Amino acid sequence: MSTEQFLGLYNYWIVIFLMMTGFYIVIARNNLVKTIIGLNIFQISVILLYVSMGKISGGTAPIVPPSMVSHGHADVPHVAHADNHADARPHDLHSDETKDLAHDHQDDHDNEHDSHAAQESRGTAEDHKETDSPDALVNHPVSDSDHHAADSAHDEQLTYSNPLPSVLMLTAIVVGIATTALALALIVRIREDYGTIEEDEILEMDRAA
Amino acid sequence: MIDIYSQLPILLIAIPLFAAPVCVLLGGRWLTYLLSVVVCGTTFAISIGLMQQVIKYGPIHYEIGNWKPPYGIEYVVDGLSGFVMMFVSALAAIVLLYGKPSIDAEIPRSKHYLFYASYLLCMTGLLGMCITGDLFNVFVFLEISSLSSYALISLGRTRRAPLAALQYLILGTIGATFFLIGIGLLYQMTGTLNMSDIANRLDTETGPRTLLVAFGFMTVGLFVKMAVFPLHSWLPNAYTYAPSVVTAFVAATATKVSVYAFIRLVFGIFKPEFAFEQMPLGTLLLTLSLVGIFIASTAAIFQDDVKRLLAYSSIAQIGYMLLGIGMATTDSLTAGIVHMFNHALIKGGLFMVVGCFVLRLGSSRLSDWRGAAKTMPLTSLAWAIGGLGLIGVPMTAGFVSKWLLLTSAFESNHQLVAGMMLVSSLLAVVYVWRVVETLYFSEQPSAAAKEASEAPVWMLVPMYAVIFAVLVFGVWTQFSAGLAAEAAQSLLPLDLVPTAPTVSPGGTP
Repeated sequence: MSTEQFLGLYNYWIVIFLMMTGFYIVIARNNLVKTIIGLNIFQISVILLYVSMGKISGGTAPIVPPSMVSHGHADVPHVAHADNHADARPHDLHSDETKDLAHDHQDDHDNEHDSHAAQESRGTAEDHKETDSPDALVNHPVSDSDHHAADSAHDEQLTYSNPLPSVLMLTAIVVGIATTALALALIVRIREDYGTIEEDEILEMDRAA
Repeated sequence: MIDIYSQLPILLIAIPLFAAPVCVLLGGRWLTYLLSVVVCGTTFAISIGLMQQVIKYGPIHYEIGNWKPPYGIEYVVDGLSGFVMMFVSALAAIVLLYGKPSIDAEIPRSKHYLFYASYLLCMTGLLGMCITGDLFNVFVFLEISSLSSYALISLGRTRRAPLAALQYLILGTIGATFFLIGIGLLYQMTGTLNMSDIANRLDTETGPRTLLVAFGFMTVGLFVKMAVFPLHSWLPNAYTYAPSVVTAFVAATATKVSVYAFIRLVFGIFKPEFAFEQMPLGTLLLTLSLVGIFIASTAAIFQDDVKRLLAYSSIAQIGYMLLGIGMATTDSLTAGIVHMFNHALIKGGLFMVVGCFVLRLGSSRLSDWRGAAKTMPLTSLAWAIGGLGLIGVPMTAGFVSKWLLLTSAFESNHQLVAGMMLVSSLLAVVYVWRVVETLYFSEQPSAAAKEASEAPVWMLVPMYAVIFAVLVFGVWTQFSAGLAAEAAQSLLPLDLVPTAPTVSPGGTP
């Protein structure tokens, strides 16, 4: 394994490190709360594993791209909001990748409009895709035809990360929270009955009883 | 007009799942009890209906929300899952029917409605693990059943119950997370979560090494849930300190459903050729189960607490089921599946007997049971019959599965395994006899036993129904062994190791 490969898999190394750390804490700690923390770290490593496997390098979030949505939304007033930058990030990432420097400035400017439109219409994104007729394209307010061409080129090249592992992990997180809550509730009861949460002391008391 | 018969698979899960929060909302003791009994009864009726459909028309595939698999979640009822669901729901219903006096005595009255809600959730999880055809869904249902069983176990009377539940929680969560890692790796290789789809896409011949890692993680994860010998440490405490009703239910069903999931994993997802020829699963299973049988049975002999004695015996009995899987012939797999059913009946029945004694004698310690046969003759007789089943005496259900296991061991040239099985049955004789001797032949009855009265009829009738079933299925093998043979046939149509032509596995031994 070359160094490059080794570094390229860095998220898996983190997963293994976290997994072993969590596992070690579960085995080695006597304090019950610390054991549960170890268990949590162990579960989180699995969440990281799933999210890593769903990510495609250069892939964006699986949301209809802003440029595509804006075609069907010609009537939305184009007001630039500074705080929309966060939403525009996937698009930015992509334009970096295509290294279309000539349109960089305009892209950035347009992103702000687009993302604003996307924000307003995300709930009905499906509909817009369907109504994305050639007429709507003609009505697109951006008159710069070059820029338009570059935009559609973006759409064709868009790669999405796989959303399914992330969705599965939402379920796993819920399960993890439920487990932690139950475990902590049990620890509260153990504390009430024994007056300690150190496992060796509890076992000692049981043996004496 | 919706045809109710076509909706049975989803109703089987939906009814108990929604009844659980209803229990919490209703509150009260009688209302929630009646609701839970009705729901468990309905679930049992549905599982019988499903099994009938399977026998008549073959496996049922139900697409939830009409999303086609592999995109949507699919419920599959086939010979094996239908069979397991039937005995799980049957035991859930009958244990609940039996348990009212025991629940009243052992669980604080203010927590009853929560108990019933957890009980229903636990049953939902176990049934869901059987019925679903989606691998991630198995994990979700596994956690539903596990979380509710941790809560149930923590309801025990002594202060050790929460600690036992916590120990089970820690090990159980590690097991389930291992299983989750395996699911993730399988998904990474195939891009699908539907079990049959994974089986089709998985290239077990030349697949990457990830295959081994996934298989290893999932096997170890399920080993924890099954309480296979070196990973069994959660089980004795959990069974001992849980309320008697919970022990009867969990001991009868939970580990068996994990065995079911394991069979599905080995034969349904990874191909048996991969598990047994490329991986040393056969040797591993045979070694672990034989060592487990001997150590756990020996440990059972030296226990003073009858619940703990039966818990160790459960670990040993899981070993017999794994022996059936490990020998990997159609006949031995049949034996393993039949033993799941028989052991669920026997262990469920015996823990119900323990529940009666605990109710009347106030303890599950063997020293408090001395001479109880005089004051509680019916309950003691039930122990004796159930114990015979556990040993595997002819005319009881335990004999059928051990006989099938023994014959298949000889057929597949596992003489050593067969011999060790026979010897290990003698250990079962010892620990069952210890209790029988204490009950019938103690010269000085304990103080509690002198004043005890027979258990209430309410508990005796369902208990004897189970004990009677142990005898019925010891003679009438068409149902249990016949269905198991069909299930095994569909999982493993051809023996991996060529064997001599044999008698039909479904026949009366």
